[in-house]
Amino acid sequence: MAFRIKLIKDDTNIDFMSVHKAGLATAGLLIVAAFVLLFTKGLSFGIDFTGGLLIEVKTPAVMQVEDVRGKLANLSAGAPVIQEFGDDTFMIKIPGREADEGLQKKMSAEVQAALGDDVEFRRVEYVGPQVGKELIGTGIKAFVYSMIGIMLYIWVRYEWQFGVAAVASLAHDVIATMLFFIVTGIEFDLSTVAAVLLVAGYSVNDTVIIFDRIREILRKYRKKPLTEIINIAVNETLLRTIITSTTTLAVMVVLAFFGGAVIQGFIYAMIAGVFIGTFSSIFISAPLLLYMGIRREAAAAAGEEAGDAVKA
Amino acid sequence: MLHVEKWKIYLTILLCILGVAYAVPNMLSAERQAWLQTSLPGWLPNKTINLGLDLQGGSHLLLQVNIKPVLVERMEAMVESARSDMRREKIGFSDIGATDNGITFRLKDVAKDRDAAYKIARSLDNRADVRIDNSSGIVSVTLDERAMDDIKAQIVSQSIEIVRRRVDESGTKEPIIQRQGTDRIVVQLPGVDDPQRIKDLIGKTAKLTFHLLDEDAMVTGRSGPSSLKLPLREAPNQMVIVRKRKMVTGEMLTDAQPSMDQQGPVVAFQFDSIGAKRFCEVSKENIGKPFAIVLDNEVISAPVIQSAICGGRGQISGGFTVKETADLALLLRAGALPAELKVVEERSVGPTLGSDSVASGKKAAVYGFAIVCVMMVAFYGLFGVFANIALVFNVAFIFALMSLLQATLTLPGIAGIVLTIGMAVDANVLIYERIREEIRRGRSVLSSVDTGYRQAMSTIVDSNLTTLIVALILFSFGTGPVKGFAVSMSIGIVTSLFSAVMITRLIVIAWLRKSRPSTLEL
Repeated sequence: MAFRIKLIKDDTNIDFMSVHKAGLATAGLLIVAAFVLLFTKGLSFGIDFTGGLLIEVKTPAVMQVEDVRGKLANLSAGAPVIQEFGDDTFMIKIPGREADEGLQKKMSAEVQAALGDDVEFRRVEYVGPQVGKELIGTGIKAFVYSMIGIMLYIWVRYEWQFGVAAVASLAHDVIATMLFFIVTGIEFDLSTVAAVLLVAGYSVNDTVIIFDRIREILRKYRKKPLTEIINIAVNETLLRTIITSTTTLAVMVVLAFFGGAVIQGFIYAMIAGVFIGTFSSIFISAPLLLYMGIRREAAAAAGEEAGDAVKA
Repeated sequence: MLHVEKWKIYLTILLCILGVAYAVPNMLSAERQAWLQTSLPGWLPNKTINLGLDLQGGSHLLLQVNIKPVLVERMEAMVESARSDMRREKIGFSDIGATDNGITFRLKDVAKDRDAAYKIARSLDNRADVRIDNSSGIVSVTLDERAMDDIKAQIVSQSIEIVRRRVDESGTKEPIIQRQGTDRIVVQLPGVDDPQRIKDLIGKTAKLTFHLLDEDAMVTGRSGPSSLKLPLREAPNQMVIVRKRKMVTGEMLTDAQPSMDQQGPVVAFQFDSIGAKRFCEVSKENIGKPFAIVLDNEVISAPVIQSAICGGRGQISGGFTVKETADLALLLRAGALPAELKVVEERSVGPTLGSDSVASGKKAAVYGFAIVCVMMVAFYGLFGVFANIALVFNVAFIFALMSLLQATLTLPGIAGIVLTIGMAVDANVLIYERIREEIRRGRSVLSSVDTGYRQAMSTIVDSNLTTLIVALILFSFGTGPVKGFAVSMSIGIVTSLFSAVMITRLIVIAWLRKSRPSTLEL
């Protein structure tokens, strides 16, 4: 057999729980920071939610962003927001307003006129104000239902205290991901909502794996203190967590390179999400169990039933 | 878990073969794919994945059907109908008017006319609910919510039909036109990256009506209850007052073609027998008088009737350009839209971006796959190779399922597949880590592998199911690209569960049986 990379030694015994208070404090800080920044800097909403026009253009020669800005400064709808992507591709965003009749047609024509005929319109997206509002509703609904679905699932498979701990860490993940969006200014549109939901799914994944291990150890060592059990569980699953996170990250870095402009924001969000999700599983959901007053016999029993159901 | 029943083994092998078979068409060239489509029956592998608009290039339009004015018009029509019926039966009435979902009027002589009025009211619409108040004489005809919903649905279906005809006439290949929600229409036009022409065609209601002018009103300049004031198309400040009653309408046309006469481009039309007869009568009775040709509430022209026109043919001229006559003829042939349609969302992708996206998607998938394979071998050696083999089948299954279901692959969908590749190994990692642990604890090789699979099972199910929940919710709420992503992810999760649990296990078992190792270095 070929050589194998051993990322960490076999029997790690890192005392995660000793720093768990610091972990929870950090999480708390992140949440506060998120709310503060939400109301000061705010999210950069994409046209999916504000309504408006987005045009991706490719110029025949390399152009500077300032040149493009200059040429488009006098559009009748106001100066658009322009983002560069590569040397010759630019995203022109004209946010929408209520009275939007013919905005798309007029603005497309004006942009074409301003930039010249040999500029290529790679992609045009127009969202009317009505649809924009509806998409906000859709995004929120998708989000809420996913959270409920996940909560229900954990509730069924584990004791309710696990459910609460998982939900708390989920909430943290979502807020932290939003914080990431606010800080980086990455556009928040429907596909980033999908990214946030995926981060939630991935983080729950992680959390469930640690919970499973905790439950198993609870069954075996009914006498050990909970802190120790959680520590053991995290240590035992550590290698798996690192390996899976590494493969997922590697794959996403590949996507970031080759994916193109459309899914950029999505991929960056997922990359941040892997770190956020792993952090929250280890330093939030697991420690929160300490404060939840788990009834050990019940938790262990739930484990046996659930485990048997799967094996059957 | 080391003992797998024979039928499960055969089934798995069969599925692997089928998976590859159904995935293969996607690798072939376009001509071979077309040949497969036509020569093989449906249940054999002959389908390929449906490429989304962002990968093919094309436009996606969301149209809002402006139903409200149409409903108002229907109620007004009921009022007109009731009015003329009651006049004919000599029933006295007053205060007749339309409501949101019906009409009301007051009977002058309730006792005498109650039954007759009831009959007339019922005849307006047999779904309507008719109430007559005996003391006040007020008759109210209302359509309940279901009837109104029926009307709305009918307006939308009719609009869809007309849109389909117009889009077909314009020559777009394989458009998709569907209802969305209660009052919206989705139009997907593959290969059309500038949908401006289609939007122009859809934007016009194209309601053609011929009216006699209301000459008294033309003198006084004021329109009465049975006439309409409409602007002249070529000079919108000038108003023409026409009688509300329509002589003939565009529905009676059998053909319309662009043509030329001395003054320029015109649209030559042909009425059906009803229209021809009506036109004949009206023109006979009104020689020397002008009549107005009205298109979408604008008067195109108002020629004077020179003689009786009984052949059913005529032409519309109104200062059109050649393109305008071609478009107008197309619209008249396809039929008038019952309601106005407005574009509320549009996403168009040009062909170069489409093919670029496919190319980058392929690159990302290949490199992603390669990296994962390398990592698996680096961490787990031979067992990593086993996992990689299962991964190959996993990807084949994804393509096979997507081809079979004709699911749409979008760029986010490719990202979803690549993501599943990254996360698919998770199941294997869980199992292998477990096996490692059991070996370290001193179990025998076979026992460790067995326990490893057993213990890891419930965790694998849990973690995959939660991600699946998210993917399914995204599927139900998403549109377009997000939906494509959700589809790919959902399919990917299911196939990776199967591959990790069945395929890797079988390979491991086969290897264990063959080499019977006493120790395992994982």
